[in-house]
Amino acid sequence: MLIINNLKASIGGKNILKGISLEVKPGEIHAIMGPNGSGKSTLAAVLAGRELVEVTEGTVTYFGKNLLEMTAEDRAKEGIFLGFQYPIEIPGVSMVNFMKTAVNENRKHKGLDPLSASDFLKMMREKKELVEIDSKLANRSVNEGFSGGEKKKNEIFQMAMLEPKLAILDETDSGLDIDALRIVANGVNKLKLPDNSFIVITHYQRLLDYIIPDVVHVLYDGRIVKTAGKELALELEEKGYDWIKKEVENNIIA
Amino acid sequence: MEKDQDKILSDVTSGEYKYGFYSDIEMDRIPKGLSEDVVRIISGKKNEPEWLLDFRLKAYRHWLIMKMPTWPNLKIPPINYQEIIFYAAPKLRKNLNSIDDIDPELKKTFDKLGIPLDEQKHLAGVAVDAVIDSVSVKTTFKETLAEMGIIFCSFSDAVKEYPDLVKRYMGSVVPYTDNFFATLNSAVFSDGSFCYIPKGVRCPMELSTYFRINSANTGQFERTLLIADEESYVSYLEGCTAPSRDENQLHAAIVEIVAEKNAEVKYSTVQNWYPGNKEGKGGVFNFVTKRGICKGENSKISWTQIETGSAITWKYPSCILRGDNSTGEFYSVAVTNNYQQADTGTKMIHIGKNTKSTIVSKGISAGKGQNSYRGLVKVLKNATNARNFSQCDSLLLGDKCGAHTFPYIEVDNQTAIVEHEATTSKIGEDQIFYCNQRGISTDDAIGLIVNGYAREVINKLPMEFAVEAQKLLQISLEGSVG
Repeated sequence: MLIINNLKASIGGKNILKGISLEVKPGEIHAIMGPNGSGKSTLAAVLAGRELVEVTEGTVTYFGKNLLEMTAEDRAKEGIFLGFQYPIEIPGVSMVNFMKTAVNENRKHKGLDPLSASDFLKMMREKKELVEIDSKLANRSVNEGFSGGEKKKNEIFQMAMLEPKLAILDETDSGLDIDALRIVANGVNKLKLPDNSFIVITHYQRLLDYIIPDVVHVLYDGRIVKTAGKELALELEEKGYDWIKKEVENNIIA
Repeated sequence: MEKDQDKILSDVTSGEYKYGFYSDIEMDRIPKGLSEDVVRIISGKKNEPEWLLDFRLKAYRHWLIMKMPTWPNLKIPPINYQEIIFYAAPKLRKNLNSIDDIDPELKKTFDKLGIPLDEQKHLAGVAVDAVIDSVSVKTTFKETLAEMGIIFCSFSDAVKEYPDLVKRYMGSVVPYTDNFFATLNSAVFSDGSFCYIPKGVRCPMELSTYFRINSANTGQFERTLLIADEESYVSYLEGCTAPSRDENQLHAAIVEIVAEKNAEVKYSTVQNWYPGNKEGKGGVFNFVTKRGICKGENSKISWTQIETGSAITWKYPSCILRGDNSTGEFYSVAVTNNYQQADTGTKMIHIGKNTKSTIVSKGISAGKGQNSYRGLVKVLKNATNARNFSQCDSLLLGDKCGAHTFPYIEVDNQTAIVEHEATTSKIGEDQIFYCNQRGISTDDAIGLIVNGYAREVINKLPMEFAVEAQKLLQISLEGSVG
């Protein structure tokens, strides 16, 4: 589904990603962990097509296509969803209107007719229940005045509405209390189908108590320095990131 | 509404001005230029009574000693009034008794604009007066309205059929000496709409005037006079378009509203005159004087305007709150894109006791557009307990445009409460990216964000116009963030 090969990227001339290679197959959940500043969010931004980030080297192939040549909007329509670390507020635009535009643009891309108002509202209702989002949120303006937890739940709700093939969740767990965390994780698990994939970016292991990854990568200083099964997350939780840092430094010296 | 919004989004595929076509209609034009003779010719063409010719001549003579205002925050190129044609009318075959008597080309023009003149085909609940260049060509639902005593007709017909009403009210809100462009209009106005709602009548349908400039080098000078007698209610709509031309065209109109005791008037405008091309060539100069007087107690006048067109807009729909407990409102969205300029706002003059006014102005600047809000809140000595709330927001797209705010507050009564709030914001790159990431194109994203920003004003419009307005906002800003 997604093949990243030796990806290097910079922001404002500063190198952030220094050669990342990674393959995500249909149905897999990958966790990307790492200390602050290691490049996790930059990787998410590159995959989603944010122009702020400049790709200097490497390739990203998504279902056989060159992802880096696609616009952010086309990537979205091809099934890539980014759950934002800091969801953006759009005052005056109702969630209903926003989602309706997005859903119908995605349908248009697939050659489907737009949903009728009643079908759309029905879909909203079902997805709201699925992700246990407060029904009032949907009547408010996009993220405006939402609490941190509400914003994150709203991201999961949007993911449910758009049914992506590859969802990238950028620190969706940060700032969540344990109940909200459970709701977000349950949402992800309910939306997990046999052939769609997730990249879950997180700083902490606790989200991975609820979302069980197939593969865990550790990102440090713009490189993936360790890849293993879900037990790696537990090890990180126990020992922190320092041992990874030391290992990397020792390798460089050696 | 949901469905309409779908339509808007699917309709909008190009950022071009959609109404720029020209119709080849046989016209009766007078030679270009302005003189006392021209004023007499216009009056003669319309078989006007002596008193009206006198009014025009007084205005013309006054205009000769006036100078164009220089205080607006606008760059207006010199206007040569001798190069303008002051009267152009479609040649009519005979008296218009039925829809079949209208020139088919003319009918086609209005069909293209989505304004069928055929009553059967028309949007339910809207009566239309269609004005092309200098004359009103058709007023729909005249008979239905007449049964309730409502007069809705062209200004010229009103002069003939209701001279007493016209004489009594014309110039009573905007005197012929008012300002440079109002005075010019008073001298050369050609047609417009007239409306009278009798005592105790709630007008059952939206009344609407649709203005179209068609001919080249022609100025449009229409007058609208709207009188709401005691205990009456009317909602009035106004729409305007013009062909795309390289030269500038002058539009100098007057709207006068009189609201008697307990009467309420809602006046909505969707102004979409040709804005000029992307390099700033051509476009309509929209220099308009709109004013209403809340004459009686508890009367209310509400202005709502969506200004997306015109190369230059200069207008301040205002309320004179003379009756005790009367209310004035002004809701405005003004867009300036490319090289468009707007200096617009309102005046709220509190004279009566317990008078209230609300001002909500939303400016949107893009490209190299310059957008100024200019507003006056004036509380006179006897206006005890006057209240005003003003909110003035500016939204900027890109870094080459400008937003300016000129609020004037003059208070002569200590009991007055006047509040003014202002904000300036930009559409963020992160907002657009957020929309892109959900599969929404940049143009659609701007449309969504701008409509969200303007929602408070758009919600004040009648439904048909609200949809039109949303569409217009989106089209007029397309391609403005690259």
